[in-house]
Amino acid sequence: MHYTPHTDSDREEMLRRIGVRGIEELLVDIPASLRNTEFSLPEGMSEHELLKHMTVLASANRPLSELTSFLGAGAYEHLIPAAVEYLLARPEFSTCYTPYQPEASQGTLTALFEYQTMICRLTGMPVANASLYDGASACAEAAILALRAQGKNRVALARSLNPFYARTVATYLKGLGTEIVEIPYTEGGQVDTGCLADIAGTVSCVIVQSPNFFGVIEDMKAIGEIIHDTDALFVASVNPVSLGVLAPPGECGADIAVGDVQVFGNTLSFGGPYAGFFAVAAALMRKIPGRVCGMTQDREGRRGFVLTLQTREQHIRREKATSNICTNEALCTLASCVYLSLLGRQGIEELARLNVQKAHYACEVLSAIDGVTPYFSGPFFNEFVITLDSAIPLDALEERMLKQGILPGLRLGRFFSDLERCLLVCVTEARTREEIDRFAAALKQILKENL
Amino acid sequence: MSEPLIFELSREGKRGYTFPECDVPESPLASLIGTRHLRREPAALPELAEIDVIRHFTRISRLNFCVDTHFYPLGSCTMKYNPKVNEKIAALVGFSQLHPLQPPQTVQGMLRLLFELEHLLCEITGMDAFTLQPAAGAHGELVGMMIARAYFARAGEPGRNIVLIPDSGHGTNPSSAALYGFEVQGLASDASGRVDVKQLGAALTPRVAALMLTNPNTLGLFEKDISSIAGLLHDNGSLFYCDGANLNALVGLAKPGDMGIDILHTNMHKTFSTPHGGGGPGAGPVGVKKKLAPFLPVPRVRRDDARGTYFFDGVGAGDSVGRVHAFYGNAGVLLKAYAYIRALGAEGLRQVALDAVLNANYLKELVSACFDIPYNSGPCMHEFVLSAARQKEHGVSALDIAKALIDRGFHPPTVYFPLIVKEALMIEPTETETKETLDTFARVLCEIAQAAEHSPGTLTNVTPHTTPVSRLDEVSAARKPVLTWCAESGREEKDSASGRQRR
Repeated sequence: MHYTPHTDSDREEMLRRIGVRGIEELLVDIPASLRNTEFSLPEGMSEHELLKHMTVLASANRPLSELTSFLGAGAYEHLIPAAVEYLLARPEFSTCYTPYQPEASQGTLTALFEYQTMICRLTGMPVANASLYDGASACAEAAILALRAQGKNRVALARSLNPFYARTVATYLKGLGTEIVEIPYTEGGQVDTGCLADIAGTVSCVIVQSPNFFGVIEDMKAIGEIIHDTDALFVASVNPVSLGVLAPPGECGADIAVGDVQVFGNTLSFGGPYAGFFAVAAALMRKIPGRVCGMTQDREGRRGFVLTLQTREQHIRREKATSNICTNEALCTLASCVYLSLLGRQGIEELARLNVQKAHYACEVLSAIDGVTPYFSGPFFNEFVITLDSAIPLDALEERMLKQGILPGLRLGRFFSDLERCLLVCVTEARTREEIDRFAAALKQILKENL
Repeated sequence: MSEPLIFELSREGKRGYTFPECDVPESPLASLIGTRHLRREPAALPELAEIDVIRHFTRISRLNFCVDTHFYPLGSCTMKYNPKVNEKIAALVGFSQLHPLQPPQTVQGMLRLLFELEHLLCEITGMDAFTLQPAAGAHGELVGMMIARAYFARAGEPGRNIVLIPDSGHGTNPSSAALYGFEVQGLASDASGRVDVKQLGAALTPRVAALMLTNPNTLGLFEKDISSIAGLLHDNGSLFYCDGANLNALVGLAKPGDMGIDILHTNMHKTFSTPHGGGGPGAGPVGVKKKLAPFLPVPRVRRDDARGTYFFDGVGAGDSVGRVHAFYGNAGVLLKAYAYIRALGAEGLRQVALDAVLNANYLKELVSACFDIPYNSGPCMHEFVLSAARQKEHGVSALDIAKALIDRGFHPPTVYFPLIVKEALMIEPTETETKETLDTFARVLCEIAQAAEHSPGTLTNVTPHTTPVSRLDEVSAARKPVLTWCAESGREEKDSASGRQRR
């Protein structure tokens, strides 16, 4: 299989025009000692053989289309309108580069501008960038912005922040020697505000997630007020689906709002590509990392869009840039933009409501089972933690559930030693009542057998 | 531009998607969550029917140039053809509908694919181990810097804090190094456009952690002295980092690992044909030599040889730099790169590099009479850099030429980069372009060069005029930024819902 179009006579003619006898004359700069190498790779394949091989690999997986999943924890199964995938497949969107030449890229730029506006309207923040890699790296970039803006080499993370995000932040900050302090959670599963008040004055920023990793909704307004009494920046990591019904970070006094727009029209794809969103208060506009699209005019006074505030960026500022972002996740933001356009003002609220109602129904029917108790008492969105009082090891339980085609949620013991017997259960609009009931029945049966 | 924004098309009450009815008993949100946490009014998203949405995005899509419609010779971006079979593969539900936290026994096909991709990349590049987690090239650079820092910390040399970067390097190199706390020191190129080995020797102090080098470099030249550069670095105890943005020139021909490279990032969205998406998603796997493997990010994909099964090792060796992505990188992109490599095999990959080099040299030859070509003492690799200095004397800049190309149906080359060439036009045709396309492009580029000399006024004023907008005012865009839409003012969003003002 090859995708190169030349015939041998094309090649000969081109070499003649260049004035060389053979291709080797064009490779003289590569020392012969480096050319003397073998490439031990499998033989190439025809398109048909490739499709067959890839289908075999794909069939060795059990996708969510064959399972009933209650997994969330930062990656969420939502319904995706057919129109999203249809538009995303347009080569005009997928086979172009970063829009460096605005006159030839108004399609991408228009969509980025619309996306930025939608993120601002959802989060209540005045400025948003055109994307970062994912929610985890967006948290890390927020911490770096705060360090540079506030000058204290210390940041605070809520212990209820997604542990994958927290670990990514820690990795990014290791090189800067930054100290990371953790704010514990209460019995309700919410940030310990007493502890927050003690710490906030000593750090450049506080990163709080709501709904947090346990699904619990934080009192973001109270947290905002506590942080406002200090110099620390308030970084809110939010699941943007929840903003269909929950108060936006901008109204809670957040300085930076981050999260992942995977939930808006992007397939799960085993963890990526997703896209981090990043929105800031007006005062931080020129410190924002990544690409930003702005509106302007052409010479005839017609509206047009360009990448702007580029003096923050690596290709201009090199080592003084606000971040090293070059390629990010434009096509994933396009998916969100199309998705949110289809849902609209009513749809986003309905989506969030459906998530709340289904998750609460599931929590109720699961909690009615002997040996199942909700672990936290705080209000929750579409995820909640249950604790299982039973002799059965959770991996065995997971195995039993899987036999019935159910993914019961995430075992929390590997992240939190105090939550050894806990499962994080996620219920989105993609789950039906029948599926929830089937999950509850299966769990009840297994627990009964293992009393 | 005549297409309205999606917000301007909005009409109250319209919807483009219907959710299934709620099939569980409902309670008021205020009782479930508490009024205090609730939004007072819904987010002002646009309201449209499905057909409105389809038409709007289809229309704006047509305002883009793309590889499927236009020659797109952006230097160092490798805008090659994106095979369509790979899109079909990525859409298989067996790949697209996998949750990243599913039990390993339910994702064996995906784990095997990632495991094999790591090994294919090792074989192609001559590195000993790979991580697939970085989501883009610059992310890979950052991971490379993390690995370098962790390595020196482990070696008891935390004082190594300088990263050397040639002045022809990509802007991401210095910003990635600085982002991780390294001090960046520039290196001037020699008269041939390559690393000045003498100057490098003088710059090598015990504080130097690494050299970041792109090979072939951004002038499209192979660094002939690469083995002695590696020798100098290693004698100094420093690491050799290679920016693999230009790996397309070497696939199937030579291995960076044989050149003494210790850390290499690769770009799936360049060399390995995954579509660039208008600015991502990409994927930037990083390869290292054996001594650096313990520092790779977690999780790692492993194979249990006895059972023939695959699993994630979340801990790795204790020296890992840690996690750099929420999950495992851009799996949906990585699988397209895997499919590309499997389709081509060693012979196909070798042809990629050969035709990439052939096309670049052919195009360079065709336009060499019309433009100055600095650093042009021999053949180039996969790309070359013209200078519009001659045209600039008539008032026509590289940017003017770029805009004139747009008007004539070509996406422009990369302009004003590398910084060491005045009025730079950096051209990378890639191996997937036909001779006919190259012939036409060369003819048009030479016509523009002639027009620059004979009638410069036709180029400096109104171009481009065939596009939906003519030249855009980028200066006011940056000076008075309008970053969101607001219907009331027709201009920027009111600041009402903004975060607090800093005291």
